[in-house]
Amino acid sequence: MATGHPDDRATRSEEEYVETEDGTRRRRAFVDRYPDAAQIVRICLGISFVAFAGGALFGLIQALHRTNVLRILPSSDYYTILTGHGVLMVLVFTTFGIAGLFQWATTRSLGVSPPSSRLSAAWLSTMVLGTLLAGGTILAGLFDAVPASADVLFTFYAPLEAHPLFYVGAALLIVGSWLAGASYFLQYREWRSAHPDARIPLQTFMVLTTMLLWYISTLGVAIEVVVFLIPWSLGLVQQVDPLLTRTLFWYFGHPVVYFWLLPAYLIWYTVLPKLSGGRLFSDPLARVVFVLFLILSTPVGFHHQYTDPGIASGYKFVAMTNTMFLLLPSLLTLFTVVASMEHGARQRGGTGYLGWLKALPWERPAFAGIALSGIMFAAGGFSGMINAGMNINYLIHNTLWVPGHFHLTVGTAFALTLMAVSYWLVPQVTGKRLQWRGMAALQPYVWFVGMVLMSNAMHRAGLAGIPRRTAEPQYDQFSFQAVVGSVAEMRVQIAIGGTLLFVGAVMFLAVMLATWTLGQPNSQLRVNGVLPEPMSGADDSPRVLDNLKLWVAIAVVLVALAYGLPLFDMVADGIFVPGSPPVPV
Amino acid sequence: MHVHRFEKLWFGASLVLIVAFIGTIVYGAVGPGVAMVGDDGGTIDPDVVANGNYERADNFRAPGVYESSDGDGVDVYIVARQYLFDPGTAEPIEVPRGAEVTFHVTAADVTHGFNLAGTNVNTMVIPGQVATFDVTFEETGEYGIVCHEYCGSGHHTMEGQLHVVAPSQFDATAEGEN
Repeated sequence: MATGHPDDRATRSEEEYVETEDGTRRRRAFVDRYPDAAQIVRICLGISFVAFAGGALFGLIQALHRTNVLRILPSSDYYTILTGHGVLMVLVFTTFGIAGLFQWATTRSLGVSPPSSRLSAAWLSTMVLGTLLAGGTILAGLFDAVPASADVLFTFYAPLEAHPLFYVGAALLIVGSWLAGASYFLQYREWRSAHPDARIPLQTFMVLTTMLLWYISTLGVAIEVVVFLIPWSLGLVQQVDPLLTRTLFWYFGHPVVYFWLLPAYLIWYTVLPKLSGGRLFSDPLARVVFVLFLILSTPVGFHHQYTDPGIASGYKFVAMTNTMFLLLPSLLTLFTVVASMEHGARQRGGTGYLGWLKALPWERPAFAGIALSGIMFAAGGFSGMINAGMNINYLIHNTLWVPGHFHLTVGTAFALTLMAVSYWLVPQVTGKRLQWRGMAALQPYVWFVGMVLMSNAMHRAGLAGIPRRTAEPQYDQFSFQAVVGSVAEMRVQIAIGGTLLFVGAVMFLAVMLATWTLGQPNSQLRVNGVLPEPMSGADDSPRVLDNLKLWVAIAVVLVALAYGLPLFDMVADGIFVPGSPPVPV
Repeated sequence: MHVHRFEKLWFGASLVLIVAFIGTIVYGAVGPGVAMVGDDGGTIDPDVVANGNYERADNFRAPGVYESSDGDGVDVYIVARQYLFDPGTAEPIEVPRGAEVTFHVTAADVTHGFNLAGTNVNTMVIPGQVATFDVTFEETGEYGIVCHEYCGSGHHTMEGQLHVVAPSQFDATAEGEN
C-alpha cells in the first residue's frame, strides 16, 4: 500500500494496470514486467516448497519417533530420516528459496531482467542435478536393495562415509548457487553501465553482499568435499584428517546460517515496513548491517569447535570475540525493524507506548508471519548468545539445546519469513490471487505455537544433558534429571509441537497449491509490489558503504587472521595426517 | 551520514553488552578457572588406537584409571569406539572425590562425543586427537556418560557411567605398565 509520501512517485509506475485477455483490468504485477525473472522465481520457489514438504514429513517422523509416540521405522533408520530432514531443509529448501527471492529482489530493485537465459538455465539445472543426486543417495539408505546410502547427517563428519554421489550432489548444488550469484552480478553490471553514479539499490546491495559472504564461506566446504571427501570416498586417497575436514566444514557451517538469515533480513528491512503500513527507518544503517555480516560472519566458525581437541584455546578465544561482535548487526536490526513497524503502526492510527502494536495488520498472513518470525528470532538470538559463550557452551554443546536454538533461527526466522512473504510474493510472480486466505491467516500462528512448544522443551532438555541427534532419548544405565519440569513433560511438548509444525507446513503448502492451481490469472491482485522509500535514504550514507571490493578485502584479511595459524597447525604434519580410513555407514 | 539519536543510543548499549559478555567469559577463564579443551593432548595415530598397540603411542596409555605420577590425582584414559566407552560402558569409571581427575579421551574409529549428562564435562572425541581436560568432583555420586555425536546406526546405544567415590574407597583399576 502506498503511504502518500512524495517519495512514492518514483515507484508509482509499479502500480500501473494491464488489460487481460477477457478485457478486465488488473494490477500490473511483477510477472507482467519481467516474465523471464518471474519464471525463474516460480521454479525456485516450487522446488523449494517440494523440498520443504519432504523435510516437514521427515521432521514429523523424527519428532514422534524420539518421543516414543509413534515408531514406524527401526531406530537405525532414524538417521536416514534425520539426514534427509537436515539436507532438505537447510540446503535444498533454503538455497532454492533464497535463489528465488534474490532473483526477484535484484530484478525488482534494478529494473533489469536477468542477463542471460542460458546462464539462468545453467545454474538452475546444476542445482537441480545436485539436489537429485544428494537427495537420491540419502533416500536410497531406506531401501536395502539399493547399494547406496548417505546417513551421515547434514554435517557429514569424516570418517563416516557416504556414497560418493552424495558428496558430488552437494558440491553441484553449491556450484549452481555460485553461478546464480554470477547471474545477479551480471544483472547488476548491466544496471551499473546505465547508472554510473547512482547508489546501489538497497535490495540489490543486500543480495550482492550476501552472495559475497556465500562465495567466501563456501570455499571451505568446497575444498573439503572436492579435495578430500570425493577422492577419499572413491578410494583414490586412503585417509583424511577428521579434524581438518571438520574445520573446513565449520568454516562454512556458521556463515551458512547468515546465508539463510540475510534473505530474511532483506524481507524484514524492505517488505515488512511496507506491510506494517509505513516505510523503512534507515537505509544507511541497513547497509552497515549487511557490511558487518559480510566482514564478521566467516572468521567465527571455531565457535562450533569450542569442545574440539587439537585446536588451541587461543584460537577459540579469537573466534569467540568475533562471534560476540557479530551480535551487533543483529541487535541493530532488532532496533530498525521494530522502529519501522512502530512507524507503520502509527501511520495506521496506532498510539501509546505499546498500544501501537494493536494497530498492526495481524490478520494478514504476510505481515503476521514475518512479524512472528522476528519475535521468535529474538528468542533464538538469546540462546545463540549462550552458544557463543565459550565456557557456558560446555553445558549445552551437542545437546538438544542446539536444535532448539536453530529451529528458532533457520527453522523460524528464515522458514516462516519465506512462507509469509510467499503469501505476498507468489501472487506477484504468478499473476494469481492468493487462495484460501483464511487458512493462510491462521498458518503463521500454528507455526508459532508449535515452535514455542517444541523449542522451549528442547532448550530445557539440553540443560538436562539430553543429546541431540539420537533416536533414543533415554538410556539403560542412568536417567536424565530435569532442571525445570520433567523429562516426560518435555517429551510431550516436543511431540505436540512437532505435530503442530507439520500441520503448519501442510497448511502453507495447501494454500500455495491452491493459489498455483485454482487461482485465476485475470483476477485482480490484492497485493502490489510497491516498496516505499526509506525515511533516511541511501543519500544519507557515505558512499564508501557501496564499495564492495573494500569490504571483501577486509573480510578476506579477517579470515586469514582467524584461520591462518590454526589451519597451518593442522596441516603442519601433512594434510592427510593424522588420518582415518573411511567407515561406511 | 544521518543516524537517529535513539539509534546511536542503541548502538552504544549493544557495544556495552557485547564487551560485557566477553568480560564474563574472560572472568570465567581466569577467575573460577573454567579450562577449555585445547591442543595439549596432542595427536595419535587412529590405527594405533584401533589395534590396541598403545606401546606405540607416547601420549596415551592403555584405557583405564591410573594414579597420577605426582600421587595427588588420577589420570583416566578412555577410548571411544562404535558403540562403547572403554572404560565406562562395560564397567563404570571410578574416580576419587576431591582429587584432580585428568581425562584423556580419543576415538578408535569415527567421531564420538563424551558428555557427563547435565554437566559441563563435555568434549568431542575426534580420531587422531587426544582430548585432555581436568575435572575435580567435590561430591560423591554417579554420572551418566552420553555419546552426543552421531557415530553410526547404533549411536543411541552408546553410553556409560562414572562413579565418584570417597577417597578411602578408591582403588586405581589399571597399573601404569606403559
